[in-house]
Formats: sequence, C-alpha cells, structure tokens
Amino acid sequence: MEADSKPKKSGARLCCVCNQNRAALKRPKTLEQICRECFYAVFEEEIHQVILENQLFKPGERIAIGASGGKDSTVLAYVLSELNRRHNYGLDLFLLSVDEGITGYRDDSLETVKRNELQYGLPLKIVSYKDLYGWTMDEIVKMIGLKNNCTFCGVFRRQALDRGAALLKVDKVATGHNADDIAETVLLNILRGDIARLSRCTSIITGEDGPIPRCKPFKYTYEKEIVMYAYFKKLDYFSTECIYSPNAYRGFAREFIKDLERIRFIPLCSCSSLTSVKFENFVVE
Amino acid sequence: MACNSSTCNSSGCYKGYVEEEQPKPNTKAAVNGGNSCQNLCVKCKVNEPVCCGIGGENSRFCKDCFKNNLYGKFKQAVTYNAMITPPDKVLVAFSGGPSSRVVLQFVHEMQYKAQKNYDANKDKSLPVFGVGVAFIDESSTHSFTSQHIEKAIEDIRLIVSNLAPPSKELFVVPIESIFSSDGIDGKERLKELLDAVSDVTGKEDLLSHLRILLLQKIASENGYTRIVLGSCTSRIACHVISATVKGQGYSLSADIQYVDSRWEIPVVLPLRDCPAQELNTLCSLDGLKIVELLNGPCSGINGLVSSFVKVLQEENPSRECTIVRTAGKLTPFHFNRVPEIHDSNVPSATRRHQKRYTLKPNGSLSSDSFCPICNSPLKKSNFPSSLRSHGSQQNPDLFASACSSCQFQILPKDPSLMEEFLSLLPQQMITKAKHGDQGNFSLLREQIQEFLFSDGENEI
Repeated sequence: MEADSKPKKSGARLCCVCNQNRAALKRPKTLEQICRECFYAVFEEEIHQVILENQLFKPGERIAIGASGGKDSTVLAYVLSELNRRHNYGLDLFLLSVDEGITGYRDDSLETVKRNELQYGLPLKIVSYKDLYGWTMDEIVKMIGLKNNCTFCGVFRRQALDRGAALLKVDKVATGHNADDIAETVLLNILRGDIARLSRCTSIITGEDGPIPRCKPFKYTYEKEIVMYAYFKKLDYFSTECIYSPNAYRGFAREFIKDLERIRFIPLCSCSSLTSVKFENFVVE
Repeated sequence: MACNSSTCNSSGCYKGYVEEEQPKPNTKAAVNGGNSCQNLCVKCKVNEPVCCGIGGENSRFCKDCFKNNLYGKFKQAVTYNAMITPPDKVLVAFSGGPSSRVVLQFVHEMQYKAQKNYDANKDKSLPVFGVGVAFIDESSTHSFTSQHIEKAIEDIRLIVSNLAPPSKELFVVPIESIFSSDGIDGKERLKELLDAVSDVTGKEDLLSHLRILLLQKIASENGYTRIVLGSCTSRIACHVISATVKGQGYSLSADIQYVDSRWEIPVVLPLRDCPAQELNTLCSLDGLKIVELLNGPCSGINGLVSSFVKVLQEENPSRECTIVRTAGKLTPFHFNRVPEIHDSNVPSATRRHQKRYTLKPNGSLSSDSFCPICNSPLKKSNFPSSLRSHGSQQNPDLFASACSSCQFQILPKDPSLMEEFLSLLPQQMITKAKHGDQGNFSLLREQIQEFLFSDGENEI
C-alpha cells in the first residue's frame, strides 16, 4: 500500500516540497518525504484552510481551548495561537481545563496545562467535577465499577466545559478531537446503535443550538501527525492514558482501526477521502 | 419462597429453590414464574430445553420451539416483503455453509406445504412456486484437489435430491462460466483478471461481484424470477462494518435490505433476522448436512472485519443485531422492494399487501446510475463524464463510471493497463459501463407501466 518512493538524488533523500533540505520524515497522511520546516508549514497551513473553509471562527471572538495537557490539546493551543498571530484571526484565546479527579492521571496532566499557560501566554481556567458536582471520577468508579465510566465522564465533562466556558464568557469552545478520534466515534456509535449521536458526530461544529458551540479544528488531522508535530517541536505534553481507559469499549474500535490501517493505508493524495473522513459517507436520515 | 440452602443469608433468595427443583421430573404444570426457566423451554414451558438462542440463559428452547422460532422469522420476512408468490420460480444460492443450508431447508418446507395445500385443494388456480438450487464452483480460484470438489458436489447433489418432492433442479456452475467462453479459456481469463487486481480485498470483492453476476445469468437463462441468498444477521453486520470502512457508505443501505431489485432478477434475503449462531445450532439439531468448502481464510479487510465482529459478539451476543438495526435506519433505495406485481395469478390480497407494506417512493433514495463493477448506486456527483462520453460507445470510460471504492481497490492504478483490464471483464460489466448514464430501465418502466401498450415496448 505504500506510495512509490521518490527518485533519490545521489544518496540524499530530499524534501519533496522544497527540494533543498534533507527529508527528515515521511508524512503519515500522504507518505511524502518531507523536511521538518516544510512539515510544520504544511501541517499548519492545512489547519488554517480547515478553519477558513468551515468558517470556524469570527474576528473578535473569545475562544476557549479544551486543554487536557495531552498531545492533541497542547498542539491545538500551540497551533491556534500561532495561526491567530500569523493570519490575524483577531481571537482572544483561553485555556479551559477540566479536573475529573482521577488520581495518578489528571493531577499530573494539570501540571502540564499550568506550564502551557506560561509557555503560550494563554490565561487558564480549571473547573473540577468536585466543585461542580460534588463527585470525583474516582468516587464515581468506586460506585459503578469499571464498566461504562467513560459514558459518565463524557457527559460530565461536556457540562463542565459549558460551565467553564460561561465563566470565561467565551463564544466557542475548540477541542483537539482528531480524525482518528472521530473514526472511532463513528464506529462506536454504529456498534452501540446510537443513531442520534451518529448523525451529529462527524460535524465539525456542534451545539450551535445550545449554550456554547463547539468546534474541532483537527477533524481532518491524523493523530500520528499531531504526535509528529509535538515531537519535532518539542512541545510539552502529558502522554499517559487515562487509568480507566483499558476497560473502555472504545478500545475495541481503536484496535480495529489500527489493524485496518495496517492492511490498507490510503495516502490522501491518491484518494479524495480517508478512512475516518470516509465515515462521513455514512448518511443517516 | 423460603430458601432451604443453609449457606444462603439474603432474603428473597431462590437459588436454593432452583437447585432443589433439578432432580424432580418435569411436570406440565407451570411452576413458579422465573425460577423454572432453568428447566423448561421458555416458549412452550413443556419440554426440556436443548439449546440456547443468542439471549443465552434467557432463551433456552426445546428443539421444536427453537426451529419454529427461526422458521417463523423466515416466514415473516418472506410474507411481509412479498418475496415469494405463487407464480415465482425461486433460485436458491447454495454455498454449502450453514446459512444457505437452512434457507434451502426452509424454502423447501414452504414449498412442500404449498404443494400439499395445492393437492388437497379442489380449486387449482394458485400454482405452487418452483424452486431451483445453484452452486457456484469456485475451485478454479483455489487449489483444491479435484477429489475434494467432486466429493463436495456429490454431497450437494444428494442433499438436493433428498429435498423432494417437490423436486428441484440443481445447477452446478463453475465461476468462469461468467465469461461467454467456457472451459480452459474461461479459467485462464479469470486467473488473469484476478491477478490484475493487486489489492487483496479488491480481489475478494471482485470475485463476489462475479458470483452474483453468474447467479443472475443462471436465473435469467432458466426462467427464474427470484434469487434467494442465505445472508444472515451476522453476515450483514460484517457487511455494514466493511462497507463503512471501505468508503461505500452511500450505497450501504442498498445491500442490507430484505429485497434488492436493482438486478434483473430481484435478490431476496429471508434470513436477515437470523443470527449465524442460531443457524449453526439448527443445523446440528436437525442434522442438516453442511458441505464445508474451505475457501481459505478471508484475508484483507473482509477477514479483519469478520474477526472483529466475532470478538464483539463474544463480548455481547446481541451486538450483531444492534449493528444491523443501526444500519437499518439508513434510508433504503427505491429498488429495495419487490417490483409491483401485475400478474393476475397472484392473489389480489397479496398484491394489496405488497403495495401497502413496501416502501413508498418518497421514503427512499432514487438513483439512476450504478457502478459497472459492483452495481452500487452512485451519487450524481460521481458521474460527471457520462454526458461527455455519451457518444463514444467504443471505449467506455470505465474509471469515471465506477464508484470510488472500485476505483481504489479493483481498477488498475496505472491508466495504461486500463484497456487490458477492460478486455478481461465479463461482458455484463462492460455493457453497464457503456450504458451507465441510461440508468436502470426496468425501474423507469415500472413507473409508467400502466400507461404503456405492450407493443410500445419494442421501441425502447
């Protein structure tokens, strides 16, 4: 399934974009050989195009970036502030973090977010389940056991984001959901028969009829590319998974998609849609 | 009930009661509600259960009730969708596996009952529907020994001949017969065609497209009016997932309905509501012989999806049903119902029933163009070049007229190889590529049927 390798010039593999620097990596999305600088440029440019084409933001808006301290939200915060500066979006950016009260996980990742606040110069607000609801996730799990925690946590988190967004008086919330996440969600909703969610989950903007609209600028971005970006830029992020995730049903979907990509990987240049974006064709009435 | 177990401490415990119940002989009298589920068939509450449905412990059936339950689902699917009516001749696609064995059995039993009614009835106006069986011999694509395949065919002949009266014609057709030329030429051409497809999944899918085309050919040449497939819930669940990941989401709803009339001979799926597990159980309970032709494990995406669904099913036995139900919410296409019955031999009650219960045109998607390879309905936007190439019938633009999935996994990547590939495809696909923009005539005709005079048809 690999694309034909570009013809090599006297031993050195050159970046296919600038043809000057040595290629440092193979782009996960397109399998192109590319140097670091060009990778940053094309990664950032693609996100900029997604923002423009889908009209995600308007000048003067206050935007809260859902920040967990993980790679997706860290890269999102970094790229958004960069693009905001470079292309004059005119946005007021904030970091909004949710503390679910999971010891050994959330307490560590929150330290990362606090560092991001300083590194990116974005004001940070933390809302906690304990303050909002009187329960931490640890307490909830003790009550309900290890199955279906994600369902509870997901519902609480969305509420928490809405509340935090209201406190910050922002116009929108941006989250770091990437193409892989959305692919897993589509599959999950098919498996669980959640028709309502299925019809909403591929939208790049959701909740427009609710208190705070939410958007996913990384909808078309591959998880591997986000990791690549964070790695090369040496961004500070927390890379451990939630301690309750091994029991999550989402794990089935994730495993399957990983196996699927091993069998068939579709470079975006040769086919107009990719595995996760293809799920959009699943039209629901 | 008081609990007699000395170790039990909680109130309302009936564990001990059930354990006490075991050595007593089963009586006809219904015992305390839920406690006796362990010992009696949940349906008739009379016989001893011998097997479980997919509901596990909550669905323990005796042999008769289990079989009736499955047959009931089959019968309902047939009746509700007017799949089989008296003047029909039905071709059952038989692969030898448990699902097709069961569907063959059920179709036979339905025919047998109809025959008995016919014989007993003084009024012989309603004929009994005819049944034929088709087995596609794919041995040329695998490396079976000829003894293996001959033994399998012998077994199949035996099965079919035992399902009489009424007797059924059996067609054993090699897959290469899809090409007009037979024998060695056909085998060679098939091998070349499959070798020209580099993607493993594409190869498997192309083979299944050829299979359905061949079934159409057999049915059409022998006057059959319906093709019955034994596709069960499990198979459909796998198809839902694999179509989604292959980017065939738009056409998915066309493939998973009870009826598929986009073909010349409508294809029906009466076992759509039956899980594979139950069909397997029925085969072993009833001693229905299965002919196992190990076509090798499905590799590529189809195999991966199959094992994925199996894992999910182990985790939750109703997962397959949920998947099919979810996909069932997709809007079907206008061809996902039996064509209107104008035959006066069909009782008017059946015709009224079919009219009332099948899909209304505005509750379905319409489609004029279909992929020449997999026959999936295309969104209008996929087909811009149809108008341009209308004049040039010589070299149909195969690539442009195919769906994106076939473009990716079946058609050659190198445009210079396209012409050769075209020459290897069976005639039916080439014709479709040429006439792609003219859509499906029979469905258009159906809409204006009532206004046509029979001699006007020759002009089309």
